[in-house]
Amino acid sequence: MNYKKWFKKSSQEIAFIAKDPILLLAVLLIFGSLIIFILYPLCKVITVSVFSKGQFSFIVLKDVISNWYFRQGFYNSIIMGTLTSIIGAGIGFLFAFTLARTDIPFKKIFHLVAIIPIISPPFIGAMAIIMLFGNNGLITSGLLGINNFKIYGFRGLLFAQVITFFPVAYITLRGVLESISPTLEDAAFDLGGSRWKVFKKVTLPLAIPGIASAILILFVETLADFGNPLILAGSKFPILSVQAYLQITGMYDLPSGAALALILLVPSISVYFLQKYWVSRKKYITITGKPTASSHKVVSPAAKWILFAFCSFLAFIILLIYFTILWGAFAKVWGFDNSLTLDNFKYVFSVGFKAVTDTLIIAVTSTPVAGILGMIIAFLVVRKKFPGRREMEFTSMLSFAVPGTVIGIGYILAFNNPPFALTGTFLILMLNFVFRYIPVGIQSGVAILRQVDPSIEEAAVDLGADSQCTFKKVTLPLMVPAFFSGLIYSFVRAMTAISAAIFLVSANWNLMTVQIMSQVESGRLGAASAFSVILVGIILLAILIIRLILNLFYGNFGGTMLKI
Amino acid sequence: MSVKLVNISKIFGDQGNAQKKVVAVKDVNLEIKDGEMVTLLGPSGCGKTTTLRIVSGFETPTTGEVWISGKMVNNIPPNKRDTSMVFQSYAIFPHLSVAQNIGFGLELKGWEKNKIEKEVRKIMEIMEFPELYNRRPEQLSGGQQQRVALARAVINKPSVLLFDEPLSNLDAKLRVQMRMEIRRIQKTFGITSIYVTHDQEEALTISDRIVVMNEGKIMQAATPIEIYSYPENMFVADFIGRVNFIPGKIIEKREKTLLIDFGICQKEFKNRSGEFEKNESVIIVVRPESLKMSSSKKKDPHCIQGKISKLVYLGPTIEYEIEVEGLSRKIFAVIYNPIEDGFFKIGDLVNIDFKSIAAHILSQKDKK
Repeated sequence: MNYKKWFKKSSQEIAFIAKDPILLLAVLLIFGSLIIFILYPLCKVITVSVFSKGQFSFIVLKDVISNWYFRQGFYNSIIMGTLTSIIGAGIGFLFAFTLARTDIPFKKIFHLVAIIPIISPPFIGAMAIIMLFGNNGLITSGLLGINNFKIYGFRGLLFAQVITFFPVAYITLRGVLESISPTLEDAAFDLGGSRWKVFKKVTLPLAIPGIASAILILFVETLADFGNPLILAGSKFPILSVQAYLQITGMYDLPSGAALALILLVPSISVYFLQKYWVSRKKYITITGKPTASSHKVVSPAAKWILFAFCSFLAFIILLIYFTILWGAFAKVWGFDNSLTLDNFKYVFSVGFKAVTDTLIIAVTSTPVAGILGMIIAFLVVRKKFPGRREMEFTSMLSFAVPGTVIGIGYILAFNNPPFALTGTFLILMLNFVFRYIPVGIQSGVAILRQVDPSIEEAAVDLGADSQCTFKKVTLPLMVPAFFSGLIYSFVRAMTAISAAIFLVSANWNLMTVQIMSQVESGRLGAASAFSVILVGIILLAILIIRLILNLFYGNFGGTMLKI
Repeated sequence: MSVKLVNISKIFGDQGNAQKKVVAVKDVNLEIKDGEMVTLLGPSGCGKTTTLRIVSGFETPTTGEVWISGKMVNNIPPNKRDTSMVFQSYAIFPHLSVAQNIGFGLELKGWEKNKIEKEVRKIMEIMEFPELYNRRPEQLSGGQQQRVALARAVINKPSVLLFDEPLSNLDAKLRVQMRMEIRRIQKTFGITSIYVTHDQEEALTISDRIVVMNEGKIMQAATPIEIYSYPENMFVADFIGRVNFIPGKIIEKREKTLLIDFGICQKEFKNRSGEFEKNESVIIVVRPESLKMSSSKKKDPHCIQGKISKLVYLGPTIEYEIEVEGLSRKIFAVIYNPIEDGFFKIGDLVNIDFKSIAAHILSQKDKK
């Protein structure tokens, strides 16, 4: 499309939305805030890295790249990301395959166990690993009597990352496998294939795009992860996100920190968009019309029980991790005296209770804002035509691709001085959470809107409703279930966030996750565990409350619409 | 005049890629009288749904004018237009009860609650489904959803009721039942209606007038009887029902009749339009059920003769295909009551005859 045509089309579209002033205002406001709170901080990261003493230069970047220790951090991050994503996706696939395609017992329990790491702070795995395999670890020193087992570094981190991130792959791949019609497998059997052949020639090839996309998602998440490496990586195995953090908080070297963030940003963004715009397009859709029941014939009984054993082992490890944290929260001094006490909780409530209330206030205020904003953007993007529609979707989804560390650094660079002097305030944390978690709302909103037949909205218009009235009376009520499931997710993320938030907390506003981290760093594993137990408890309670509200008010309709 | 379309055209995709331009509707002129039920009939992609959406306001015509109740409504958005649509997918609001769905339009008009309830109950009574008042949409069958969608449209007493293939999602039996119901309700309230369908039987049974469309253009607009018996061109003749086209030439123009030669035999026909000239090439349109067949023992100069090449026995009727020397298309005949009118076997030589009143003459110019 040439420039003239683009201009003509845009001006037509502008003329069209100008007729609807509220729509125009909404579009302008959203664009404004996306530019200020997503693009501007990112630009800051870039400009600070490529300007030195007010002049454009690559000195900072050059210094950082020529530094051996930073280069090592980059390689380590890439290696860790690659291995975690491949192993995690492999385990996730086996787990998903077992639950989707066999009739093993306790499926529901396996599913719930696999969900736990998703709804808890991502560094809980690292904490538990130290408590189990560290110097005073329950298994290493307690059970086996080894006192100098080296869990810090590559091995320990890889283990923690795989346990933390395989559930993400599991959720993705379960969806993929369930969308592959079992009748295709039946057809392959019918044509004379053996079980293994059917798996190899039908099931696996159909799942390949899903597996590829799970690997890429895991790569981006691992690369961006901050909590696990901060606890487990150690100085001999530097990781980029931690290095950027230490440059800024330890050395007060903002330009180098920004440069490291920029280096971290490049692979994350490229892999994210590779996943979103290339791999995810290749998905097969084989279920059309009536869904068919799985026939469970793909797996032989022997293979079934091997897979069952595998899933049980995995579930055991996850439960062990959470059991360790729970025990740690009630133990006197972990590793020396594991008898039960309430001292850790007393400590949390006397010293750190402000972090609990702060976290709650920020999460409770930011998630509904993120949810509503996400729904509105989803609505505008799917149902309305205006210039910059694609750009709006692109920008608002960007925070999925950008590692939290980069965003955090961007925010302290962008909002330290007027006109946006927000450092140390409640607002900087809240805004950060809002704009980091709108993609969740947008995704679920877009998904549900694509399922709602546009003629339902047309029917309302036909019966005399204008566009605001249609949105309020028809579209919004239909989006409510998506809104709430988006809400649960962004609440969980807001409660467990660390990588960006650690840059933005202050004496006035602190977060539980940051508290847990500092307790771990100062060796108070008991207090850290108690904090974690409270944190996970709050999340579970919140999920329960949202579910109850949904059932109470939307029981009838929520039931049929929620299965998305 | 309730609805008037003047020179309506709609071109899609003229903003972006010029190569993707699609002319959906072309120079459509149509006038619909008060209380009339007009069907837009045609194959998929003929522009019938686009025309309907132009009337409702969901599409704006590229050129031309839409008039409703004497007002030009081109610039009036769909929510301000006095039209109500019954959607193909019914578009029942899934989060509202049946009563709330039906009362939606009245609620928007700001009616009081008890007035809405009274009106909703009244219309459900007329449409004979009062028991569904408190139901949820997911508890409704397809036919019931259809009734709710119809009630929701009718209750607003619109000047024009629009139907977008409303029965295409129902099974065959229900379709027959529902089309009677739609016609009954439409007549009860006397609402001017435009009905889009690709089902010719539906169009023939339900309409005051049928508008046959193809490639965005109106091919013919007439009563069902005229459309079936006197199609204006080969497209209409071929699209509605099954038909035989027999080419011929006018060899004599008499006072009120024409003598046409088929190359095999000659026959005299009434000159209904009076437009034909001597030596003009014409096409005779004869429906299969108008053909009479008899065993052929000898040559008859007034009959077409041929050999039976295929037959399908259907109980009450038999369908025959007959190969006639000198005709490129086989003749298709349907014989009702075969016991009286005789059975034939494949290979039998038969005389084919028809009364000239049953034939319709098209000029070669009307081929399209």
